[in-house]
Amino acid sequence: MSAELSAAPEPMNTGAPAVSSPPGTLALQWATVRVLMMRDIVRFFRQPSRVVGALAQPVLFWFVIGSGFAGSFRVEGAQGLGYQQFFFPGVVTMVLLFSAIFATITVIEDRKEGFLQAVLAGPGSRLAVVLGKALGSSAIALLQASLFLLLAPLAGVSAATLNVPLLLSVMVLSALALTGMGMSLAWWVRSSAGYHAVMSIVMLPMWVLSGAVFPLKGADTWLAWVMRLNPMRYSVEGVRRALHGAEASVALGASSSSAGLEVPVLVAFAAVFIGLAAFSVSRRE
Amino acid sequence: MPEVLLSTATSQPLLQLEGLTRRFKGRTAVDGLSLSVRPGEILGLLGPNGAGKSTTFQVLAGLLSPDAGLVRFEGRELSLSDPSLRRQMGIIFQRSSLDDLLTARENLMLGARLYGLGGERARERVEAMLSLIGLADRGDERVSTWSGGMRRRLELARALVHQPRVLLMDEPTQGLDEAAFRTFWAHLKRLRDSEGLTVLLTTHRADEADVCDRLAVLDAGRLVACDTPQALASRMGGDILSVEAPEPEALAAELRERLGLDAKVVEGRVQVEAPQGHALVPRLVEAFPAGRLTSVALRRPTLADVFLQLTGRALGADVPTAESAPRRRR
Repeated sequence: MSAELSAAPEPMNTGAPAVSSPPGTLALQWATVRVLMMRDIVRFFRQPSRVVGALAQPVLFWFVIGSGFAGSFRVEGAQGLGYQQFFFPGVVTMVLLFSAIFATITVIEDRKEGFLQAVLAGPGSRLAVVLGKALGSSAIALLQASLFLLLAPLAGVSAATLNVPLLLSVMVLSALALTGMGMSLAWWVRSSAGYHAVMSIVMLPMWVLSGAVFPLKGADTWLAWVMRLNPMRYSVEGVRRALHGAEASVALGASSSSAGLEVPVLVAFAAVFIGLAAFSVSRRE
Repeated sequence: MPEVLLSTATSQPLLQLEGLTRRFKGRTAVDGLSLSVRPGEILGLLGPNGAGKSTTFQVLAGLLSPDAGLVRFEGRELSLSDPSLRRQMGIIFQRSSLDDLLTARENLMLGARLYGLGGERARERVEAMLSLIGLADRGDERVSTWSGGMRRRLELARALVHQPRVLLMDEPTQGLDEAAFRTFWAHLKRLRDSEGLTVLLTTHRADEADVCDRLAVLDAGRLVACDTPQALASRMGGDILSVEAPEPEALAAELRERLGLDAKVVEGRVQVEAPQGHALVPRLVEAFPAGRLTSVALRRPTLADVFLQLTGRALGADVPTAESAPRRRR
């Protein structure tokens, strides 16, 4: 992995004696982003338990919960769509969510240790720190989600309904948005224990109420409203539409007009939370 | 290779703090601190926990914003978050900033890249730093297995890999044993010379204060003295008599009354400062019957004694409003 940390595409003052001319501000920002991103990716692969967990967990979730609900799941107009097919996109978003949560826990840990202090005391801006963390986490999340997606044929996904560009953009944007959200929360909560509490009252319910576990259609009126306003709904609906097609998506409660809305909504979602995270982190105490 | 910074020894200070102030919830941790750091010197901020050293350090590291005051680098007033100032500083925190899952070489490379060093240049610096700290053959080991002393040396290398002009350290040798402490300082002094560094550090170790070029003595957020360790030590006129006794308080009181000596109890021992210490020893022994004194020791004053005289506090003691781990809340 050292090659990844040391590979340098841009030549900078190679062999210049003593003091090299200062790199530009933008170059410094990019350096910070890249260092943090690569570090998280390297760290991921050096923790075998994380790699195994990351691969096994979604599969387990999908089989266990999927089988448990399989018998009692019936949605009008969505005949032929069993629970395991329905739940599959939900598990994809769960992978993105868990990866974001994990990444933001490392922010809290790094902050207590000197590592993050050393980065914050460096020349990179705090927005660069946030972006580096968010991109690193997103890369890991995407890798995990992509591996899980290899099981898509088992979930009844056919080449006819598969929309790869939509799938990728929804996944990237969701990963960024969720990491940004996790980070803005993590910055105010200063212990991992406190963060677990925040996670279980904010982030997990968001996922449960996103249409990942049960469809919007058939939910109580008040619950349906909560679900409609939940930005994570667009991640789930985006992934579902990209995998199963618009028809199945609508049958499960996505309004037909929301097709095509997923990407713009997620762009806004990501921008707001990355911005919020950068704002939280940039408040010097 | 070394930058010549000492050529004009009387030139302007490299780094100046003017009226630096930082408050925490009504408590003033640093109170109008003004200080000049000369190019090439090793300046120690000396004081017990709670004196404001760590807060000063964190402000200079850009982690805390000051409530008042300004900082000049080479005479130019700069914001502490200015990237051009940040690039000139290498920082060693109290807590380890090394990544345990990475090798020593990777940790250094990470430090180099963070400051925009790329490609060949970064690799050159990483290798140079590894050999300067004497760990060139262990660069591919993960640092999690290393001893405290080796990790601290690697921290030193990480802080200097981007060739900063100023090295800022917060209690750099805390927890290190005597041997590791000496190795660390031997490397630091060599690096200071080869890299043309100016060093500013916080410490509450008297032995560490002794190896600094100058000391700024802080007490309750204020500067109470700033001079060379020798000059500070010579402020104490004579010798120190340190007496061990079963009842130190009673003995100190008696010494004051019967012999008119300025005796005080410091960390369980009775301490007397006197110009002619050796002449005092027989008087002392004669004045008290056997059993009242356990041992009598005569020594030259140390910086710990100087500190006690300047502030009325022992160097090793914690001030009640300790800020050793400042609560970083709004």
